[in-house]
Amino acid sequence: MWSLIPIAALVLMFALSAAAQPAGKIDPATVESYVKSAFGKAKDGWENRVQQDETQRVCTQYRNEPPAPEADKIVAREKTTVIFPADGKLIGDWKAGQRIAQSGRGGQFSDPPGTASGGNCYACHQMSPAELSFGTLGPPLVHYGRARKFDPDEAKAAYTRVFNSNAVLACSNMPRFGYHNVLTEQQIKDVVAYLFDPASPVNQ
Amino acid sequence: MNVHTLLAILVAALLLAPPAALSQAASDDASEREIERYRAMIGDPMANPGYLNVDRGETLWSTARGGRNVSLERCDLGEGPGKLEAAYGKLPRYFADADRVMDLEQRLLWCMDKLQGFDATELLKRPFSSTGRFSEMEDLVAFIANKSNGMKIQPQIAHPKELEALAAGEAIFFRRSGTMDFSCATCHAEDGKRIRLQVLPPLHEPGQQARDTMGSWPTYRVSQSATRTMQHRLWDCYRQMRMPAPDYASDGLTALTLYLMNNAAGGTIQVPSIKR
Repeated sequence: MWSLIPIAALVLMFALSAAAQPAGKIDPATVESYVKSAFGKAKDGWENRVQQDETQRVCTQYRNEPPAPEADKIVAREKTTVIFPADGKLIGDWKAGQRIAQSGRGGQFSDPPGTASGGNCYACHQMSPAELSFGTLGPPLVHYGRARKFDPDEAKAAYTRVFNSNAVLACSNMPRFGYHNVLTEQQIKDVVAYLFDPASPVNQ
Repeated sequence: MNVHTLLAILVAALLLAPPAALSQAASDDASEREIERYRAMIGDPMANPGYLNVDRGETLWSTARGGRNVSLERCDLGEGPGKLEAAYGKLPRYFADADRVMDLEQRLLWCMDKLQGFDATELLKRPFSSTGRFSEMEDLVAFIANKSNGMKIQPQIAHPKELEALAAGEAIFFRRSGTMDFSCATCHAEDGKRIRLQVLPPLHEPGQQARDTMGSWPTYRVSQSATRTMQHRLWDCYRQMRMPAPDYASDGLTALTLYLMNNAAGGTIQVPSIKR
């Protein structure tokens, strides 16, 4: 038994040293109790931002790298949520789309109610070569439409991606803008125009 | 007002003046040198408005008040009653008297309640400062954290509740939700990424950027003209994530802070720093 003392001392030393420790396992219910402690008093209408939907839950569980069968399930489920414009027109006004791509307003608890949401595309993507303030969390989208020869099928794919990124790529980092009603149908059309209109700065 | 305070105010006024426009034609080197000079200037304690908070925090710490009319000087932040040195780098940690893992702000509220009999209801309504109104919590945190300057971040992860909080913090870091489907990891789990031009430190694993980040809070935010604590940083992250406002001094935020401090283990505390 005495032989265990050096081991115990070592364990204690490790515990108290200035080195990061790996986090252990925890059951989901305990995690949710911590989440509730932080967000349990969310104001009316905001609770659903705390609750995970099935896709968020599975993507969290697999840290955005779901096994193929789970990924297939996500894509299949999310595809059913995409609503294409009834008039069949996917390309709106690129100038309005540019404003949406630039705007990071809306949806924050500090925003006045009714604030129109932007898409904040530039937070993560390079788009127009003329805009130097762009983020790098997403792939660059410079010359997006031109590189795709302004193909209408590609425009439809882009509309789908903006509406619900997970309908194309399971556990994509990109928000599901249409699915969550962050952007309206008209706004998504305008963003698609910013990508696909030959006159858009994105394609210059 | 002492000389230190006066100097800090003067330099604060300089800092808040619009920076000279940098010519786009200027070489990267010149810009970089200018930024380095600016960093050196604001890194000087005599030039950092965050030290105004430190001064006010020192007064608050030693002022007798509350139902029992005592100061906070007997408050135990983990290193023994009244012992401030090296306390900040070991928080959040487990406190047997409360049977909870607490960060500095939770612990201060505990001491206000149990030691001073101080009613923090009003304080908790607006824990962050705003224009023309100081925050006692920001002042106290700046004062106490500053007492650990030059010392290491040493996460205390031994008690079962510390282990649980660490695991919960990690889970929260990776937990996606909300109308943007974001988690902390969306922005802070890869090196070299940016939002617009703002560089994002990876915080999901032990590393120098995690150490530098956690070792530099609380910080004076030039853009907000205020000294902010980690509680405010996380509140602001969740705002940008389009999540509801998280509860101040809640166990969820403390768990997340413990996870971040664990990834910053060994980092050196140098606060209050100055950030954008």
